[in-house]
Amino acid sequence: MFEAILLTVITAATPLLLAAIGELVVERSGVLNLGVEGMMIMGAVTGFAVANLTGSGTLGILGAIGAGMALSALFGFLVLVLVTNQVATGLALTLLGLGLSGLIGEAFIGVPGLKLEKLDLPFLSDLPFVGPVIFGQDPIVYMSVAIVIAVAYALARTRAGLVLRAVGDNHASAHALGLSVLKVRFLAVLFGGGCAGLAGGYMSLAYTPQWVENMTAGRGWIALALVVFASWLPWRVVIGAYLFGAVTVLTFHAQAVGAGVPSQLLSSLPYLATIVVLVLISSNRRLTLVNTPACLGKPFVPDR
Amino acid sequence: MRIVLIKRAEHSRLMTGLSPVIAVALTMLSAALLFAIAGHDAGLALYKFFIEPMTDLWSLQELLVKAVPLVLIACGLSICYLSNNWNIGAEGQFVMGALAGSVLPVLFPAFDNGLTLPLMLLFGAAGGALYALVPAVLKIRFNTNEILVSLMLVYVANLTLDYLVRGPWRDPAGFNFPETALFSASAMLPTIGDGRLSVSLYAAIAVAILLSLLLARTLKGFEIRVLGESPRAGSFAGFSQKRMTVFAFMVSGGLAGLAGIMEVAGSLGQLQPTISPGYGFTAIIVAFLGRLNPLAIVVAGFVLALSYIGGESVQASMGISDKIASVVQGMLLFFVLACDTLILYRIKLQFGQTAKGGHAHV
Repeated sequence: MFEAILLTVITAATPLLLAAIGELVVERSGVLNLGVEGMMIMGAVTGFAVANLTGSGTLGILGAIGAGMALSALFGFLVLVLVTNQVATGLALTLLGLGLSGLIGEAFIGVPGLKLEKLDLPFLSDLPFVGPVIFGQDPIVYMSVAIVIAVAYALARTRAGLVLRAVGDNHASAHALGLSVLKVRFLAVLFGGGCAGLAGGYMSLAYTPQWVENMTAGRGWIALALVVFASWLPWRVVIGAYLFGAVTVLTFHAQAVGAGVPSQLLSSLPYLATIVVLVLISSNRRLTLVNTPACLGKPFVPDR
Repeated sequence: MRIVLIKRAEHSRLMTGLSPVIAVALTMLSAALLFAIAGHDAGLALYKFFIEPMTDLWSLQELLVKAVPLVLIACGLSICYLSNNWNIGAEGQFVMGALAGSVLPVLFPAFDNGLTLPLMLLFGAAGGALYALVPAVLKIRFNTNEILVSLMLVYVANLTLDYLVRGPWRDPAGFNFPETALFSASAMLPTIGDGRLSVSLYAAIAVAILLSLLLARTLKGFEIRVLGESPRAGSFAGFSQKRMTVFAFMVSGGLAGLAGIMEVAGSLGQLQPTISPGYGFTAIIVAFLGRLNPLAIVVAGFVLALSYIGGESVQASMGISDKIASVVQGMLLFFVLACDTLILYRIKLQFGQTAKGGHAHV
């Protein structure tokens, strides 16, 4: 029982984790991309479509990542080169992504999907509990863990991470030091787009292997909230994502039990929980102000 | 080739007026491209999408029906965005307004007199305003991000509506359809002519005029703009940012709520599981296309309403999915934002790496 629940929690948490860790990198570079939901849904539809047309889950994953990156490149161009308002542009990205995915996905409604193979190691995967939980996941779950470790290490220990944080905390000084603020930010935005696309691909290739319009159902927005929850620290994103994964799974189980509670109330729990968490974290100024990138959301135009 | 932005000494007046027009033109071009890629006659599709809805009386009326909620919501949003408060949950406030306004006709159908409609409108506006107050209060009290909170509340509002029309508010005589009973005649807005267009049209125009006067002629309008452009300067002038947040959210929430109840009491006549084709989100595009100016928003609302009707039109006549409408809307916002850059900057294309002997500017 516990094993089964833990497995579903991992499945529910992975898309949140992927999207949030990508957005964390973006925000650490000083850019606020509110288009996570749009990039995720485009990743979902593209991943599904590519996997369906080619019969290859790997190509599906690559397609999902590519779609997220393509949309984020558009965002990056507007926000970094044309210095548009980041909030509005992010919203535009989400609206465009939702619209475009609906259009592309129309041909795939009701089409049976392709589910990613889970890892099956000869002896290890058969171990009780440890086997299915640690050695029996699909590849994207492992990728999500690897990405978190890589990001945590890179941010804290490498020169690239230092450059990224410098650009996010004080773009004028970073520019004066000869760092290319816009290039760093553009790469960060692309990374975030790739992660969001992958998160979407996970939704349509592993979580529920089918295409349903608006299937990300606000997960991109919850991922944005998770970055705040994590106060911009990678490890806390893991905690937050798994916490929210648990809440989602809990609502499923509560719905199955029924017990007279309206299903709509249970479905709204993740959104209400997001608000509660935001309130708890944001009211603690010490927690938020330490790591909030100082230049978050501020445009940068290089002087001549 | 690289793109270099050169800051203008002053806002370009020409571009202020021209940029939305350029944006619409670029959107039409991209739409044509999209139609062509999908293998349709691009010229014909463009005509069906952007022109045909304006050629007969019936669709002109439908255009106005769709433009009214968009204009009402977008006018409120302009106050928010001008004062740097990011309310993106108008969709939820629209639904909550519709719910609050429907309390009377659904739960107290016996209360059926001349007061019903005014009270419904009042409840609707109050419902939307109170719902918008949540992100505002959380922002000023706990420093919570209003963007995320207002958006989360959209999902909650939609689920509440869904629960009510499938559960306690369902019409007992409605053959189990998830709908409330039809509103009585005294709970409906009078129509203009004999179609679906109601007097909410006048409300939308009045709101746009009032808000544009508020912004242009009053101290409050000045306060909104100062706090939006320079919060520090606003504080020195004695303006309170927190009070402005509450004000902006309540105005925009109230207008969204009013739009919600007017939609229900104007064209729907009952609550259904879905009462809005995304008006609250499309209104964000309307607000930006109208450059946050209430009078321009009236025109912008008409343009975005055209995208809804145009989508239906190409679907009916050419078999193109009406999903194209939301793609066009999304592209439009992108182009609007990109073109607004022209107001503040001149854009220069540099060819080749850098000028010889010059410095590289990135």
